[in-house]
Amino acid sequence: MKVFGLIAVFVVGLLLLSATQDFPSWGDPRSAASDGEVSSFYIEKTESVTKVPNMVTAVLADFRGYDTMFETVVIFIAGIGIIAVLRNFEGTDSPSDNDNDDDGAGLLARFTCSLILPFIQIFALYVVAHGHHSPGGGFQGGVMFGASYILLALAFGLSKAKQLFSERRTMIFAVIGIFIYVGWGVLCLLLGKEFLNYSVLDSILPGDSMMARSHSMLVVEIGVAFTVTAIMFSMYSNLSTRGRLSKGL
Amino acid sequence: MIWQFDIIILIFLVVAAIVSLRLKDLLGASMVFGIYSFLICLLWAEMGAVDVAFTEAAVGAGVSTVIMIATVFSTTRRSKD
Amino acid sequence: MDPIIANFIEENIVPKFNYWIYVILMMIGLYAMITKNNLIKKLIGMAIFQTAIILFYVSIGVKETGGIPIISHHGPDHHQEAEVHSEESSKNLKHNIIDKDKYANPLPHVLMLTAIVVGVSTLGLALAISQRIHKSFGTLEEDEILNELRPGGHD
Repeated sequence: MKVFGLIAVFVVGLLLLSATQDFPSWGDPRSAASDGEVSSFYIEKTESVTKVPNMVTAVLADFRGYDTMFETVVIFIAGIGIIAVLRNFEGTDSPSDNDNDDDGAGLLARFTCSLILPFIQIFALYVVAHGHHSPGGGFQGGVMFGASYILLALAFGLSKAKQLFSERRTMIFAVIGIFIYVGWGVLCLLLGKEFLNYSVLDSILPGDSMMARSHSMLVVEIGVAFTVTAIMFSMYSNLSTRGRLSKGL
Repeated sequence: MIWQFDIIILIFLVVAAIVSLRLKDLLGASMVFGIYSFLICLLWAEMGAVDVAFTEAAVGAGVSTVIMIATVFSTTRRSKD
Repeated sequence: MDPIIANFIEENIVPKFNYWIYVILMMIGLYAMITKNNLIKKLIGMAIFQTAIILFYVSIGVKETGGIPIISHHGPDHHQEAEVHSEESSKNLKHNIIDKDKYANPLPHVLMLTAIVVGVSTLGLALAISQRIHKSFGTLEEDEILNELRPGGHD
């Protein structure tokens, strides 16, 4: 098996290395990828069409918003898949899984985490809301928010984190996130134009059609953040307890 | 676009990838995988891809390492190769 | 022969050194996925392969003269020109043509954000399946699992 692996790796590696002769030099501004029409359009016209300085968030949430919607659905399906494979409903009421001795980490870690956690959550909300002007956006802020709940589960024990963010609430959050995204697109459909065409929304949102696109991007990113938060915590709580959700790490 | 920084980080990256695959203790392998994710995040931040570096720092060096360590604790910790 | 070899090295290897390292990383990941016996090592190899491909893709959009792809109206050149001109003409400067050589290409960044997300979803699901395999067979080594699956062991 190892000989076969070595032969396969050498053949593929030689093919790829011989293909690097045709590549442009690294960092060339006149290369084919950087000089094409699509990227030139995105760089030059994003600010004037949508009034959003961060080009990556504008392309992700407005010009190619259909892809981002299905990316959110992929995360949701992964969360559901983990529950379908691992979740074990038999032993959740047995008295042998005693939750009283699940203290989490020691005194120093608990004290430090209780000081730090509110600031992590405020920073996560800031990253979601300022995705237009600084690096960030819905996905990054959602992962940080979910990670704050994972920190809570590690420091205080999983039962304490389950009181704040039970399994039912997690799934409701995940579904609400997807509904916000798809519902916003259907709202554009109801007002006359195509699915996810945000410029028709200037009749209900304040400002002209360019500001309507900027506001809609914020709403859509909030939807992504909801789903990602819920699924990150659900993935951790299922993987660390082998599906029983009783005692954490 | 400082080429000295790029070459040093790329060599560390190859070393981290090889070490992570050779360790027999799975907990150590997961931690070196976290180091690999963090070095890639530095490389992207230096190349000017700040959104991608932010995402990789949150996802790769955060959540991905934690769930791998959670799996290693639930199953065996020692591997035979 | 020496000037030919030196010429070959000068043109093909030195300016494209980074691409060679990306190919080496991809091949490390591929080798681990094929030959390693432990399931967790196979997953680490898959993750190394995925991040090496994402690294290669993002490095295509790099420009030597460019910075990050965020348009900033508070840069140092805008402050200097606002001192010289009056209020109204400094507002006119905001509507001028954006020089596309000053910003990195945003399109590979967008595509690779989705790729990172899909990668973490795949890793989470694969770890869940490997926990289930450990529960059924008691081991995470591939050859022991295959021994149990053949006729003679339980299925």
